Amino acid sequence: MERVDYVSTTNGCKLCKPLGACLAFRGIEGAVPMLHGSQGCATYMRRYIISHFREPMDIASSSLGEKHAVYGGGANLKQGLKNIMNKYGAGLIGVATTCLTETIGDDVPMIIREFRKEMEEAGNAPPAPPLVCVSTPSYSGTHMEGFHAAVRAVVDQLCAKGSLVEDGESKFVNLLPGFISPEDLRYLKEIVEDFDLGCVMLPDISDTLDGPALEDYGKIPAGGTPVSDIKRMGGAAASLEFGHTLAEKPTAGAILLERFNVSLHPLGIPIGLRETDAFFSALEEASGRPAPERHELERGRLVDSYVDAHKYLFGKRAVVYGEEDLVIALTAFLVEIGIKPVLCASGGKSGRMKSCIETVTSGLLETPPMVEEGADFYKIEKLCEDLSPDLLVGHSKGYRLSKKLDAPLIRVGFPIHDRFGGQRTLHVGYRGTQRLLDRIVNAILEKNQEDSNLGYAYM
Amino acid sequence: MAPSKIDPAIEIEAIDPGALKAELVAKYPTKVGRKRAKQIVVNRVDECADIPEIGANSRTIPGIITQRGCSYAGCKGVVLGPTRDIINLTHGPIGCGFYSWLTRRNQTKPKGEGDANFIPYCFSTDLHDEDIVFGGEKKLKAAIREAYETFKPKAISIFSTCPVGLIGDDVHSVAREMKAELGINIFGFSCEGYKGVSQSAGHHIANNGIFKHVIGLDDTAREGKFKINMLGEYNIGGDAFEIERIMDNAGITLISTFSGNSTYDSFTNAHTADLNTVMCHRSINYVAEMMEKKYGIPWIKVNFVGAASTAKSLRKIASYFEDEELIERVESIVAEEMVEVEKVRLDVKARCEGKLAMLFVGGSRAHHYQDLFREIGMKTIAAGYEFAHRDDYEGRAVLPDIKVDADSRNIEELDIEPDPERFSPRKSEEALERLKEKGFRFKDYDGMMAEMENGTLVIDDISQYETEKLIEIYKPAIFCAGIKEKYAVQKQGIPMKQLHNYDSGGPYAGFKGAVNFWQEIDRMVNTKIWSYLKAPWQKAPELSATYAWE
Ligand code: SF4
Ligand code: SF4
Repeated sequence: MERVDYVSTTNGCKLCKPLGACLAFRGIEGAVPMLHGSQGCATYMRRYIISHFREPMDIASSSLGEKHAVYGGGANLKQGLKNIMNKYGAGLIGVATTCLTETIGDDVPMIIREFRKEMEEAGNAPPAPPLVCVSTPSYSGTHMEGFHAAVRAVVDQLCAKGSLVEDGESKFVNLLPGFISPEDLRYLKEIVEDFDLGCVMLPDISDTLDGPALEDYGKIPAGGTPVSDIKRMGGAAASLEFGHTLAEKPTAGAILLERFNVSLHPLGIPIGLRETDAFFSALEEASGRPAPERHELERGRLVDSYVDAHKYLFGKRAVVYGEEDLVIALTAFLVEIGIKPVLCASGGKSGRMKSCIETVTSGLLETPPMVEEGADFYKIEKLCEDLSPDLLVGHSKGYRLSKKLDAPLIRVGFPIHDRFGGQRTLHVGYRGTQRLLDRIVNAILEKNQEDSNLGYAYM
Repeated sequence: MAPSKIDPAIEIEAIDPGALKAELVAKYPTKVGRKRAKQIVVNRVDECADIPEIGANSRTIPGIITQRGCSYAGCKGVVLGPTRDIINLTHGPIGCGFYSWLTRRNQTKPKGEGDANFIPYCFSTDLHDEDIVFGGEKKLKAAIREAYETFKPKAISIFSTCPVGLIGDDVHSVAREMKAELGINIFGFSCEGYKGVSQSAGHHIANNGIFKHVIGLDDTAREGKFKINMLGEYNIGGDAFEIERIMDNAGITLISTFSGNSTYDSFTNAHTADLNTVMCHRSINYVAEMMEKKYGIPWIKVNFVGAASTAKSLRKIASYFEDEELIERVESIVAEEMVEVEKVRLDVKARCEGKLAMLFVGGSRAHHYQDLFREIGMKTIAAGYEFAHRDDYEGRAVLPDIKVDADSRNIEELDIEPDPERFSPRKSEEALERLKEKGFRFKDYDGMMAEMENGTLVIDDISQYETEKLIEIYKPAIFCAGIKEKYAVQKQGIPMKQLHNYDSGGPYAGFKGAVNFWQEIDRMVNTKIWSYLKAPWQKAPELSATYAWE
């Protein structure tokens, strides 16, 4: 095989860090995400996010120009914060930095401290809402690092030690789901509810990025995690945090464990039987009750369909790409149904993907699949020349490759901008796994049918 | 659609635009309000065609959510993106390049196998920590070599994003060095996003670069009696294809289009044309001006959006060439095309007449698309640009009065001298006189406001808050802007047409385009979908705001 060691990136398989942070902030009630930098980044990220969700997405900017790039952007940031407060009545402002402000070295926490002080001294009404800031230079890490950093910053800055607001009410868990679809989030909330547990899900974009058509339009969409809920996360029975690559990292869950001794269940994104089983077990443990019957039935039906589908799927070769944790979860699922992942690729570079893939495939595959961290589509394409995959699983950016290989693409994750309903794609739990399984089987059947010139009408 | 309860004309007259402006401005902090007051103007064109002054091309206020993008977006995304066979390499971290990867709907049609097409690609140096600390020039050189080895392109252009200028990378010297090494044309753009106040700065930077490094490299004269360039047409949704079709029929040779469906070679040859026609004045008038000075090619403003406007522009081109045969051919093309156009126009007009439109987009579309609406009897009640300058609003007559601020001063103005060999005036002095006497005008852009009715609102760089307020007060039948506004507007119960990427439609230029557009607008403003918003059980009066469809 030709060596494909390139320093440049051709057709990237990752997005930039502040985009992830903005998405996370969008999942907090009343929050307006703001980028400290020039306005172009905010505009690009808005249009990108909107093309997937087909929902409004506001990101404010401190709109720095050449002068500020030289002398610092503190004054603009303060003015911007003030305008967002006055014009949008924000319940929280989440400030993420960009490559520009990271390069010039603006000290955002300090600027925000100054701003708060100035507001207090001026006796400003309304008082400043909570201001959370996160450092998100895109030259290290992807949108997923940005997403997790923002979630962590929210917990870090809103749940100070000794500040716990206990409501003394029902037992609840913290659910830190990472970046999955609004449909996934709605379903997860239902599951937790079925265990008679309360749930603080952070962040929660299920309504803010998939809202109804309403008669009364509000500038900031309804939904998202209420700030008051975030402040009581330290009193939860447990935290469930999705993402194998996060383990041992200073995540939001780790902070809650350290500060408030909330037990932490690090889990994978629950796709496939085993990962979903682990999620349900964690809920059983936290609630002290067994999984409700309807979920057991759902699981039973899923296993039944695994059996039915096996003849179509066994030995099929798949290329899986996208965000690291999503790729790991999808790989865990694919090996369960007899598909052979031949390449697991991501633009992310956590350094953990390989070992995680080995873990989730062990016992099911003789040799673990090829894993490529820090990959771009140029590299994926090159590798595919020798892999001859039967299908691709990933986001819309793999379309060209799928066309070239004449292999179906199962669209999952983000971005999905060449199909309808990306925000309503269900991936997680027994039900989400079921949907994925049906889609994969049908894609393969459709391909067989199309390729056949016999009367291929009965399977 | 349910017929309006109230005649829209009466309703509109009840709205005092001046009072509305005052209300919009009053909601801002004093300083912000003062600035916005200059950018929100009630149009009033008096008998001597005096046009009120508008504030434009000034910095967006931090924290006010804007439609605008950055200089990089204007340079790479808009002006140079549509050319298929130049490798566009983004020098910077991954985001900027990724977000401009296939996100505009500029189309291109390679001529067969050997014709390179890099539009589906996104090339980036993807800078990391260590490059930010130690400089990214080494990585840039490596990326250029890789792109060259892999794709063997005719040319490579380099686009700088924000961090590049700050870490002191010199993309121009890298370009020169690599050009010498690889023997292909390589040129760089200092289009860092923080330069200028919007994508407009990037257009200017792109114009300068393409003029300096590409135009004029190939003197081969192409066949053709009437040779023109089309400037500022980016082939969104196939617009340029429709214009090419019409030009072909008329026997007019398009030497080069800047830059829809274009190639590197066509740019190098552009100076052999005899006339420059300018569609989007904002993004490319610099090239037109510079080509006139250096090569003696005159330029005129045209507009191929709208059927009548298309006919008018064709006639204008024909009368420039003063050729009877061409003039006749154009007349017969117009007559032929207009048959179908008129049929659809009258049909759609019957259902759309009297309805209101608002257009807030771009640097020329908010103006041009008013023609299409006018032709079906719809009235533009408010309009504005995202990144235009005063001349695009008030006409080029104001050019000498425009104050150059710090942001614009940072964008280089090239000093152009006539080319000692290639300069040749395309028209003799007498010919020019003759044309002028007949009323022919060169460099004639009168801007948007001259064509808008009195009492309409003209708003520059509209904010999201102002958008919502306008919609609430006027309840237009349709709102036109970009994808960022689309879903917010639709959640307010108003159909929203994207005029950056045309949703997934187009072409909308030329004769066929006009028909497409009218059918689309008919579909949008006459749909029943909005009437389902209210569930049957929603009877509470506080819930039932009134909508345009009611
Ligand atoms: S970093 Fe600069 S160049 Fe890149 S998108 Fe942001 S403003 Fe534009
Ligand atoms: S400069 Fe950085 S933050 Fe802005 S779009 Fe580019 S990669 Fe993203």
